[in-house]
Amino acid sequence: MTRERFDRQLQMLLDQVLVLGSMVEQSVLDSLGALKRRDLAAAHRIYEQDQKVNEKRYSIESGCVTLIATQQPMARDVRFLAAILEIITELERIGDYAKGISKINLLLSEETLDPFILIDLQQMAKLGLDMLRRSLDAFVAGDEKVAREIPDEDDAVDELYNQIYLKLVQQMIAEPETIDRANHMMWAAHNLERMADRVTNICERIVYVATGEMRELDTSEGYEAGLN
Amino acid sequence: MLESDSNFALQAHNLNIFYGDFRAVKDVNLSIERKKVTAIIGPSGCGKSTVLRSFNRMNELVPTARSEGQVLFMGQDIYDRQVDPVEVRRRIGMVFQKPNPFTKSIYENVAWGAKLNGFKAGIGKPNMDEWVEYCLRKAALWDEVKDKLKQSGLSLSGGQQQRLCIARTLAVSPEVILMDEPASALDPIATLKIEELMRELAEEYTIIVVTHNMQQAARVSDFTAFFSMNGDRAGFLVEYGNTNQIFTIPQNKMTEDYVTGRFG
Repeated sequence: MTRERFDRQLQMLLDQVLVLGSMVEQSVLDSLGALKRRDLAAAHRIYEQDQKVNEKRYSIESGCVTLIATQQPMARDVRFLAAILEIITELERIGDYAKGISKINLLLSEETLDPFILIDLQQMAKLGLDMLRRSLDAFVAGDEKVAREIPDEDDAVDELYNQIYLKLVQQMIAEPETIDRANHMMWAAHNLERMADRVTNICERIVYVATGEMRELDTSEGYEAGLN
Repeated sequence: MLESDSNFALQAHNLNIFYGDFRAVKDVNLSIERKKVTAIIGPSGCGKSTVLRSFNRMNELVPTARSEGQVLFMGQDIYDRQVDPVEVRRRIGMVFQKPNPFTKSIYENVAWGAKLNGFKAGIGKPNMDEWVEYCLRKAALWDEVKDKLKQSGLSLSGGQQQRLCIARTLAVSPEVILMDEPASALDPIATLKIEELMRELAEEYTIIVVTHNMQQAARVSDFTAFFSMNGDRAGFLVEYGNTNQIFTIPQNKMTEDYVTGRFG
């Protein structure tokens, strides 16, 4: 009564989740690279890449639904498939953040951007993507312990976001003509801040697969945590 | 037999069941909630049916069978010497894998057991026709047979025959209904009808169902007991809990392996 075929199908879905993860990771990196270089053609290409991300997500979702319908998964198997359905939604949303940054890039068109803000944004992306990669590794390994630890790293991302926020507000006060541009940069930072939150959601699903426990792993307290 | 306020219809305490020298079931402690559906699942030979049959002393009909421990029904040990096994089997009815209607009319299939058990019409009580209709309605069969009550029970389809057997069981006013693979000989539609019926019956009766079909257990039951066995081939209770929990977050590795199909 072993289920070799089913196990292979589950493994194939997992592989596809990793492919989707690397696709959105690339989108985030590309969107920031394009923003830094003010490369509008590259920004357009991220829109096309996002289509592929969406298609991949739907294909994985369809694979999950097929397995649920045909294999009657139970216990860990059903938790695993439910987790995949959630995780691919989070990944797709991260892809949307990359698309959002590309949109900002296109809206800002020819304007020159503050290099220090760009460095901070890249640092935020680096931290967030590192969390993302390790969360997907933990998903593959079923490593609940690591999944519980990763969300704590969100604080460093929030910290950077707060720095960028303050810098931009000061800039807007000092040079009101930069308000439009600063506001767009604020949105780019916000997108990267949300990306790390999505990783926390992924980690919650990893814990769920391992234990059946459905609980928030977000450690920040109250609304002011991300704003001070 | 005593009445009890217990939430449990049946309780097995340190139940061991033997066929001759062979211990088929060991050390079962299990409490069955009233007016709920409890499913018993597990691999072949794990003692599911043996445990089920011990709940209304049907095992006694096997010459070499004997049991140790207690089975309490409403707080009283059904194996107690003063307890009449016929009375036990009236209050704890049973439906079998293969529909087994009597070679009598549909009407008589229901009325016969009631008559044998001293059914008496009276003021404020239903007469026999009303009672037969009541039981056939409860078994979700009335609309299909009301115009042919005089026909043989054997003229019905398999699924209808099984519902007739359920109506026959209801006719003696049981409190608990034991079902041993009640749908395994039926097609999928007839199976779903039996499952729907089990849910409806659980509003009034305690149902215990043995099934090989895990999806059926997941669909139909409130609680699930998983039995398995080790090298000595004696069945034992591995895990008991809410059906939702057993099928989504089982606590025991053996349960996990069985419900996910990684057993054996």
